[in-house]
Amino acid sequence: MGDRIARLTALFFACVLVAIVILLVYELLWRSEPARAKFGWKFLTSSEWNPVNEDFGALPFLYGTVVTSVVAMLLSIPLGVGAAIFLAELAPPNVSNGLTFVIELLAAIPSVIYGLLAIFTLVPLMRQYIEPFLKETLGFLPFFQGPAAGVGYLTAGLVLAIMTVPFIISVSRESLLAVPREQREAALALGATRWETTWQIVVPYAKLGILGSIFLGLARALGETMAVTMVIGNVPAVHASLLWPGYTIAAVIANEFAEAGGKIYPSALVELGLVLFGLTIVINGVARMMIVATTKKGSGR
Amino acid sequence: MTKRVMTCGMMAAAAVSIAVAQVKINACGATFPEPVYEKWFSDYHKAHNDVQINYTANGSGGGVKGVTDGTVDFGASDMPMTDQELGAVKGKILHFPTVLGAVVPMYNVPGVTQELKFSGPTLAGIFLGTIKKWNDKAIAADNPGVKFPSDDIMVVHRTDSSGTTFIFTDYLSKVSPEWKSKVGAAKAVSWPTGLGGNQSAGVTGLVKQTPDSISYVELIYAIQNKIGYGLVKNKSGEFVKASMDTVSEAAAGVKMPDDFRVSITDAAGKNAYPISSFTWMLIPSHIPDANKSKQIHAFLAWMLADGQKIAPSLDFAPLPKAVVEKEQKQLTSLASLAGSAAHAAVTPPIKKGAR
Repeated sequence: MGDRIARLTALFFACVLVAIVILLVYELLWRSEPARAKFGWKFLTSSEWNPVNEDFGALPFLYGTVVTSVVAMLLSIPLGVGAAIFLAELAPPNVSNGLTFVIELLAAIPSVIYGLLAIFTLVPLMRQYIEPFLKETLGFLPFFQGPAAGVGYLTAGLVLAIMTVPFIISVSRESLLAVPREQREAALALGATRWETTWQIVVPYAKLGILGSIFLGLARALGETMAVTMVIGNVPAVHASLLWPGYTIAAVIANEFAEAGGKIYPSALVELGLVLFGLTIVINGVARMMIVATTKKGSGR
Repeated sequence: MTKRVMTCGMMAAAAVSIAVAQVKINACGATFPEPVYEKWFSDYHKAHNDVQINYTANGSGGGVKGVTDGTVDFGASDMPMTDQELGAVKGKILHFPTVLGAVVPMYNVPGVTQELKFSGPTLAGIFLGTIKKWNDKAIAADNPGVKFPSDDIMVVHRTDSSGTTFIFTDYLSKVSPEWKSKVGAAKAVSWPTGLGGNQSAGVTGLVKQTPDSISYVELIYAIQNKIGYGLVKNKSGEFVKASMDTVSEAAAGVKMPDDFRVSITDAAGKNAYPISSFTWMLIPSHIPDANKSKQIHAFLAWMLADGQKIAPSLDFAPLPKAVVEKEQKQLTSLASLAGSAAHAAVTPPIKKGAR
């Protein structure tokens, strides 16, 4: 009897979760109906965002969301995984525990605080030193041309990197610590150096957890709103250069939804939400496939 | 939020049992007149203990949306509702001008200490992106004797839907045919150039931080944040600084239509500041709760009399006398209409938990 009740209760909760997702999709589809009917698939490829003529397209926002997240990941993966390896494998336990505590604190800071910090410290630094330097040294690349305004894709990506690093470190470190001692001892006994042990035995063993941490970080980067809108410049345009101001999906919804009038305008913003939802599903799907592919090769789990 | 509403409700219920009935009126909208509205609502509450008006400053777009959806008892906006917006409302919405305000071009140009002067077409050129550098000939021509840096101009604008943006783009549309055809006038437009900031505070912050930047903001914001703002050339060819007097002068020359939906940008007077505007309360002609309706009308009458005297102390220009009289007429006819309706429905003297 008790088992049945437990089973039914658990089943109920599981169903509620599925129902929430279905409701979410239904609401997004229903409320974006006018915009979808008006723009069709062109919505995804148009870079027009004109509330006066009620002409809307998602491209600048989609592009901004992907670019800032990619920049963030490029910066935070080496930093996060490297720091996690140090904390789990190399650092003395006292140092490791102390640092881990600080890093977990970082993960708990609200994003608006990161945004404020970025506005007052990172943006002036970028404008005065980093962006002029990048223009001088790497200015021949299309990624580093244009105005050095301090706000833009690069700054937003940098803030996102700072925000996602704690997640990556914290989860990666846990999974590195979960690697059995025997694995390390066996490798060392076979004459492997510490570097070889870490890189060829421990990290592959913990690969699943590390990948998981990266996707957790990526999910945060894709959906981050406040910190991004404060430093990205809020301009719906597509530029190859990372120095230009841009916009992301989450930021434009936060900025414009409360006051969007008429029928098409709010509906276009809801459709942007639908696009973001789709984007996260695609990325999560790719992540799943990567995990399946790498586990098949035999990483020990 | 729900919790707060509940506590408020409980407190109101407690107050009812002790003393008088509380009528709670909810309003939302424009951020620019918020300082004077808050003062009015609190002063009015002090004089009339039984009436409490809660105001949420969520922008002019929010005010129009709120009053259209019926989520608030009345709205507020820096831009009169368009015919299309009025058509979307079930009942009728009446516009009541409350005070006057000005939008100023504010800038942060290192090395320039003088007050800058702008003519309309120059401003339009800057915000169109055709005037790119501070030492452009057009800017220099308006400002003889000022030494400008050769830096790029960084344009900053609002990203949210805002009455301030409407007033500014409405002015630019009047003085620049190119602006009118390329961008137009609205609460949110497709900007040809520049960075976006969220709300007046975000725009002000960006300008304070970014050297060589220019933006537009309500006069009060520029004064409070101590940011330089420029003089603007009016229709009579004079460079005028925004102030209570020059804004009042812009309103003095206006011919007020019967529905009060009027634009006073680019006004004709010699000392008229050209980027001025009324700001409005949007009152539904039919408010289902008769008691609420009566209290809102009473407040409007107070606003047109005592309220106008308070406005100057907060740097808001009061309405011209003719406009006040015209509004009083609209209010009388509105109240008599609602009064006859109230007779039909029996109004209980004490209304508990009006929400």
